[in-house]
Amino acid sequence: MASDNSEIRYLTPPTVDVKKKKYCRFKKSGIKYIDYKDANFLLKFVNEQGKILPRRLTGTSVKYQRKVSKAVKRARHLALLPYVADMLK
Amino acid sequence: MLKHYETVFIMTPVLSDDQAKETVSKYKKMLTDNGCKIVHEDAWGLRKLQYPIQKKTTGFYHLIEFQGPAKFVAELEVAYKRDERLLRFLTVALDKHAVAYSEKRRNKAKA
Repeated sequence: MASDNSEIRYLTPPTVDVKKKKYCRFKKSGIKYIDYKDANFLLKFVNEQGKILPRRLTGTSVKYQRKVSKAVKRARHLALLPYVADMLK
Repeated sequence: MLKHYETVFIMTPVLSDDQAKETVSKYKKMLTDNGCKIVHEDAWGLRKLQYPIQKKTTGFYHLIEFQGPAKFVAELEVAYKRDERLLRFLTVALDKHAVAYSEKRRNKAKA
């Protein structure tokens, strides 16, 4: 009996997503300064609720993640980005 | 060596056009009087705020990039705080990357 369920054959092979190497987009594209005035560039680092995306999702390095968070907080102060939003994108 | 600074302030939308201009020229004069060199000035005009400030949903944004002595920034901010026409202001020191960035943007805008 046990052998039956082990022979579960999938119609399509289960796609285990191969872990694609995350890279820091700032290091790769050589961006040195993240402008806090450029709201629609900063939208890439903020999720729908307006919260800053963590490094483990975006893969940015520590040095640039701090610059991103500083820029986002300045943009929020100047009402270029909302502190909390529901459908930001 | 004069440090680079960039200040952005938001004026209430209730102002008439010349009042807005007059406020901006007041601060520009204050800058030039105190030995600051205005490198770049940019009026973004009326923009929608992402959240209401003092019950207002739009504001006149204005950006001034200048070089000046460090101790003047405190005076500038006191003046901003005292002016009730300003909803919000932010003064930022620019490091060399930031200066290069704004330089590039200005040339790109001109070209």
